[in-house]
Formats: sequence, structure tokens, C-alpha cells
Amino acid sequence: MTPAIRIAGVTKRFRSLQALAGVDLEVAQGEFFGLLGPNGAGKTTLISSLSGLARPDSGTLEVMGHDVVRDYRAARMALGVVPQELVFDPFFSVREMLVLQSGYFGLKKNDDWIDEILHHLDLTTKANANMRMLSGGMKRRALVAQALVHRPPVIVLDEPTAGVDVELRQGLWTFIRKLNQDGHTIVLTTHYLEEAETLCGRIAMLKAGRIVALDTTANLLQRFASHTLQVKLAAPVTLPPLLAAKLLREVAGGLEFGFEHFDDVADILAGVRAAGGSIVDMALGKPDMEQVFVGIMNQN
Amino acid sequence: MEGFKTLLYKECLRFWKVGFQTVLSPVLTAVLYLLIFGHVLEDHVQPFPGVNYTAFLVPGLVMMTVLQNAFANSSSSLIQSKITGNIVFVLLPPISYREFYAAYVIAAVLRGAMCGAGVLLAALPFVSFDIAQPGWILAFTLLGGAFLASLGVIAGIWADKFDQLAAFQNFLIMPLTMLSGVFYSIHSLPAFWQGVSHFNPFFFMIDGFRYGFFGVSDVSPWTSIGVVLTCFVVLAVVTLQMLARGYKLRA
Repeated sequence: MTPAIRIAGVTKRFRSLQALAGVDLEVAQGEFFGLLGPNGAGKTTLISSLSGLARPDSGTLEVMGHDVVRDYRAARMALGVVPQELVFDPFFSVREMLVLQSGYFGLKKNDDWIDEILHHLDLTTKANANMRMLSGGMKRRALVAQALVHRPPVIVLDEPTAGVDVELRQGLWTFIRKLNQDGHTIVLTTHYLEEAETLCGRIAMLKAGRIVALDTTANLLQRFASHTLQVKLAAPVTLPPLLAAKLLREVAGGLEFGFEHFDDVADILAGVRAAGGSIVDMALGKPDMEQVFVGIMNQN
Repeated sequence: MEGFKTLLYKECLRFWKVGFQTVLSPVLTAVLYLLIFGHVLEDHVQPFPGVNYTAFLVPGLVMMTVLQNAFANSSSSLIQSKITGNIVFVLLPPISYREFYAAYVIAAVLRGAMCGAGVLLAALPFVSFDIAQPGWILAFTLLGGAFLASLGVIAGIWADKFDQLAAFQNFLIMPLTMLSGVFYSIHSLPAFWQGVSHFNPFFFMIDGFRYGFFGVSDVSPWTSIGVVLTCFVVLAVVTLQMLARGYKLRA
């Protein structure tokens, strides 16, 4: 089957900054795919290259088999992008904006689908409100609506939940999950790593314009994260070498250890006490994407 | 094609929604020029034989309004979209750069023509004249408007902030318009300044447009239309090249 997205050898330089340094990536149809990386890693440049907002120096990008340069009309018809910035046109209401956006994509009669999107994104009561009158979270949802107006099979969400409160965020994810279940391919960039962990089946991590990790979420967690034990101590201690090897990091007033089996917890606690540590509090943690992210970024 | 039509509609809707600012204000400004200059100079100047000064002034003001508003429409729309970031809404859809250009230019010409028509209607109680050659009026309105609309697209894309656009408008468009013969016939100028005026394309637009009203002009309307057409084609090519390369629009 044709991949939803195929990126091969893409480079992009902005003066002295190598924004993309040879990116190769394929996203299969129907995937919920995460694109993670620190600020300046190249995520937005990659998305911009895919959507035609930026022109790569070399390499090729395809959306549903359509080259984004040679066959840009078909590629753009297949792609919906929710931009990172909270942008809007102050001249128009939500509905006017969606009708215009439909027209840009060649759709004359799109009212039924527009009503459905507005309903799912909880914007029906704001349909005739000017964009300026909406809260930040509503503007964000209106941007999602704009990206969906032409029913693209591939949807790219560039940090869609920035500035959106918890309730609205959950509503947004319920809708995006439904779109994914209906067959849409979703590509998500986010700084909320727990969102990526929960939603994405596969994740790529970018650093300095290169992909430094690409695997299923489960494999990444298995390979790069462990259970954690945080202990708070009455006073600092010096750990013996065997125990120090299990130390992940120092945290405020204590230490964080990593372990694979729960039997190890008793050994760690015993080791801390043997080193003269007085434990005043403790907490267990599951493997999470933050550990994976920090681990991979530090490795590279 | 639907994308082009929608973008054109959106550009027209954009200026229509703020019609006081984009249509009525320029009409009022031009009418004030007409009343003040007409009152002061009516008995002192007769630019063409048989044509009084106020009647002479009206076509110049109409064309000046067409040109300035065509420029203002495309340039302000683009820079606003760039600065607020909503330009992405027209860059993400499958709209070609030619469709993009055509939509912005046609919308700008329409606004210019609406403003010009408004000035003409508002001037009718003060002057009476027959229109000698309506074909020339239409030709210069469309070509002159398209010329300034293209210049507006260039300025809107090039400028990174409103200040730069204001500089473009105040240091280029405004002087060239004011010194183009809107308020005088260039035959009233010394020979040197008559010569200089022939390097100002706005002069040919105003003079040719005025020919459509009176059937007389400072230079042949064929010369004027040739100059304006050449200028428009050159600017259109430059603008299309900028858009094709994605200059300042697509990184």
C-alpha cells in the first residue's frame, strides 16, 4: 500500500542553520504517528516542507504517493495541517472561514461536513462569532476545523494542544482518535510527551535536523525507559558503586533510581539505608516517554 | 478554478466588510480635493480649450483614486496576512501562484474601480461633461489598476512591517501620483519638468484616462496605453516570478 507520507533524503538550510540534515521517513496509512524533538530540532521545518510552506534544498516528499512539488495539487488535497501558531483572519466568522477554506480546496457545497466538524469540536454555538471573539482554546479548535474541512486522508497537527485547557484537550483527542479510527493518518508533534505516549503507535525523534530514534512507542519504552523509585532523604548520602549504577538522577531533596523488576526495590532501599540514608518519603513511577526522550537526546 | 474564485471572493469580501475605510474614505478625500482645488483655481486655470478646471480635475481625481486604492488593496491585504500569519490559509490549499496573483490583482482592480466610480458619482453635482471615448476610460482603469495592484502585490510580499509598506506608499506611489498631472496639464510646466513627467508612468495613466472624457490629452492615448501596457507586463512578469519562487512566502 502507498505510504501516507514518504520523505527521502530531505535537507534544508537556513543560512548557517542546518534545519534538516537528511531526513528519511515513511508513515503508513492509518498510523497515529508522533514526531518529537526539542525546540529547533526541525519538526516544523519538516512539516512545512511537507505542506509546501517551505522548499527543501534536496530530497523528495510525498503525500499519499503525490510529490509535494511536481504534483502539489493532489498532495495538498490529501493533507490537512493544523499550524503551530494561533493564527486567524480577523475579518471573518468561524463559519465564513470554513466556507472559504472549503472553496480554496475546490469544495462548493460543504455545509453538512462543516456542521459536523463544528459539532465535534464543540464550536456550533460559535459558528457565527468573529474569530477575534473566541478564546485561545476555541481558536485552536477552529484551526483544527480548518485543517479538516476538505476531509484530508492525512492530518498533521503541529502542537495542537498548546494553550488548550484539560477538558478541551480531551475532547480534541477524542475527536482526533475517532478520525484515526475512521482511517485518517495522523501525524502529531507535541511537547506533551504523555500525549504522544498515549496516542501514538510509532514515534520518531528529531534532533538537530536528524532522526535519532524511530520505533513503536512500546519498543521505545522498553528499550529506553525503566520503572523508577524516588526516595527523599533527611540528608545527602554517598552511594556505593553498585547502587550508584542504578541512579538515574538527583531530584529535589532525594534520588531517583531505575529498576527492571519490583524485587529490586527492596535491594535499593536496603542499599540506601546501609549507606546511612534516612528515607522520609518514596514514590514509584512507571516507564514513560519523558525518560525515553531525555535518554535519547542525551545519547545523541 | 474554484480555489481562485474563492480567493477572489474572499479578497472582495475583505475590503467590502470595512467599506467605510476602503471605499467611502477615499471617495470623500477625492471629493474634498475637488471642492477645494476647484473652488480656488476654477477662474484662474483652463487646462484645455473649452474645458473648465473643475471638469478637468474630475478624471484626474477618479484615476488617482483608482490607482491608489488598487495598490492599497493588494499590499495591505498581503502584509496583514503575513504579519498575522493567516497567509498560511491560502498557501496550504492547492492554489497555483498564477491563480493567487490573478485573485489579488482582480480584487484590487475592483476596489479601485468602485472607489473611482464613487468619486465620479460624487462629482456629478459639481460638473457636467460628456464622455467622449468610454473605451479608453475602461482600458486605462483596468490596465492602470492592474499595474498598481501588481505593484501592491510586490510591496506586500517584500515589506516585513507596516512601516516599510508606508514608505513604499508615501515615498513612491504618492509622489508619482501627485506629480502625474492630476491637478494640472503638463503643458503648463517648464520644458524640463515636462520632459521629466514623461518618465512617470502615472502621467500616461492619468492623461490617457482623461482623453476618454474630453477627447484631448497631452500625449496620444495610443502612446499612453503602450507605456501603461508595457509597464504592466513588466510588473506582472516580475510579480509572477516572485510568486513562483515563493519569495518571502514559502521559506
